[in-house]
Amino acid sequence: MNHNQELGQRGETLAAEYLARRGMLVLARNWRCKTGEIDIVADDAGTIVAVEVKTRSGLGFGYPAEAVDPRKLLRPNRLASAWCRENQANHRTRRVDVLSILAVPGRETEFDYFQAVVP
Amino acid sequence: MSLGRSAGVSLVGLNGHMIDVEADIGGGLPSFLLLGLPDASLIEARDRIRSATRNAGVPLSPRRITVNLIPASLPKRGSSFDLAIVVAAAAASGAIDNPPGVVYIAELGLDGSLRPVPGVLPAVMAAVRAGRPEIVVASGNEAEARLVPGAHITAYRHLAEVMAAYGAAEAIVPAGPLAHARTRRAPAVQKATAPNEDPDLSEVIGQPLARFAVEVAAAGGHHLLLVGPPGAGKTMLAERLPGLLPDLDDAEAMEATAIHSLQRGTTGLDRLLRRPPYESPHHSASMVALIGGGAGLPRPGAASRAHRGVLFLDEAPEFNTQALDGLRQPLESGEITLHRSAGTATYPARFQLVLAANPCPCGLSTGKAIDCRCTPMQRRRYFDRLSGPFLDRIDLQIEVPRVNATHLGAGRGEETTATVARRVAEARRAQRARLQPLAITRNADLPGTILRHDLALPARTTATADRQLERGLLSVRGLHRVLRLAWTISDLAGQECPQPADIDVALQLRHHAQGAIA
Repeated sequence: MNHNQELGQRGETLAAEYLARRGMLVLARNWRCKTGEIDIVADDAGTIVAVEVKTRSGLGFGYPAEAVDPRKLLRPNRLASAWCRENQANHRTRRVDVLSILAVPGRETEFDYFQAVVP
Repeated sequence: MSLGRSAGVSLVGLNGHMIDVEADIGGGLPSFLLLGLPDASLIEARDRIRSATRNAGVPLSPRRITVNLIPASLPKRGSSFDLAIVVAAAAASGAIDNPPGVVYIAELGLDGSLRPVPGVLPAVMAAVRAGRPEIVVASGNEAEARLVPGAHITAYRHLAEVMAAYGAAEAIVPAGPLAHARTRRAPAVQKATAPNEDPDLSEVIGQPLARFAVEVAAAGGHHLLLVGPPGAGKTMLAERLPGLLPDLDDAEAMEATAIHSLQRGTTGLDRLLRRPPYESPHHSASMVALIGGGAGLPRPGAASRAHRGVLFLDEAPEFNTQALDGLRQPLESGEITLHRSAGTATYPARFQLVLAANPCPCGLSTGKAIDCRCTPMQRRRYFDRLSGPFLDRIDLQIEVPRVNATHLGAGRGEETTATVARRVAEARRAQRARLQPLAITRNADLPGTILRHDLALPARTTATADRQLERGLLSVRGLHRVLRLAWTISDLAGQECPQPADIDVALQLRHHAQGAIA
């Protein structure tokens, strides 16, 4: 596992903890199907949330959230519907969030949480 | 605070419009929206700004930033809004606290340096007129911006300095000179004044009549046509006209400098253009090169660059006929209004026109025309390219004969530019004193109604000209032009008002070249 993959995995663990602290129920991590993967599926007061986690260890290439392409967020949106179909949750409302994590070694980890980024 | 404000100036031709810049920071993924009809160079401001702010140590908020340029319906172009946008965006994120009402005119480099932009002079003039005298510019534009009376200019070299001045804690002000600091002066201003400093009238041999015509043209601001064979000294005479003209006054200098400011690249001017500009486009010049125009927003042409100075067209019949006829309107009105899809621009173009022409294609149809090989048809066609209505607007039409050996020997001790310029200055003073109530300074600008009423001459004086009008040799416009010339001739002689002889001389000067033309 290379540095970035390791960082990504650590970031997803941090993300799950962060979401739990916000009172959300993590339903699945790294859920996969034919068309792709959702980093975290969570339940936020009845709404099914697909969370895209972006982790970086420095600002040399800009903020983590800047690297999230708004067009590519249509995919987690589709995947969220697939998850709901598979888990008999079709009647639940859905939403896509982005959680940006800045984990600079030796500093406190910074979270930046963007909710409902796909209109 | 999630809303920031600042201001910039959008130039449409020489007219500046105040633009209010608003920035809003909202939730959502990091993005940068620029609203208000930006063109391609302005939309690139988004990427310049992201890099510049990071390198200045005051990165923009990692949120969705929406910037609106008001009025949103006016199309905006160019890079001069960069600084205004950054200040508004930084104020929106609470990083700085900027004073209200300040106008920002500067472009950003990726390293955060502030770069000079063209057209600072007209932009600052517009801001001052709009009651916003507090203006921030790049230090490369400081000298030019300070030329505008009433403007309070603050200049910075680097974005970090601006941010630090407005209370941003973490701005990194770079030490040492910036990369572009040495591009401050350019020789183009010098070039515009060079013809006045170098050639002297004493270098022209003989040609007493043409010499007098040039002096009259300089004194009254009259247009001039010189017709003669190759080598007679037409071009030499024309090049020496700007040197005879007096310095521009404050208002004139401001107008002329504003046009030259637009033409600048990234180097600012540092003083007003005090000497009348001199433009001599090559005869291959197109309509657009002469009048102005071009893709997008119309740009000024040679006629506007010669505003308050001299436009010299050498080999005038060789010019494109349409391009020449395009000069007819500015000759009357002193300005050019250009309509294009991207907008309408009005540029001033009150120039003094000097034309030089050969009498025929081979150039030898002068005097007895023994050596001329041209057919009568060729000769007529040649001058037909200067249309009648066009020539009717030229007050002074002079034939410049070939210089012979006797003149060459006697060519010592001709009058110098300095001597003649003194007489011209004296005549200008007399004109200004007389024309002050009319808010004009030169006889050439006298309206026809004033000539016929307030400055009407006794019938005894104008008898010769009146007779020519009756016989159809002069148009009414032609008569007015003769009267203006007569006033200038009288001013040069230090008289109160023109005498019958002055009218005769004026008629002579107007029609002198007609033998050669017809």
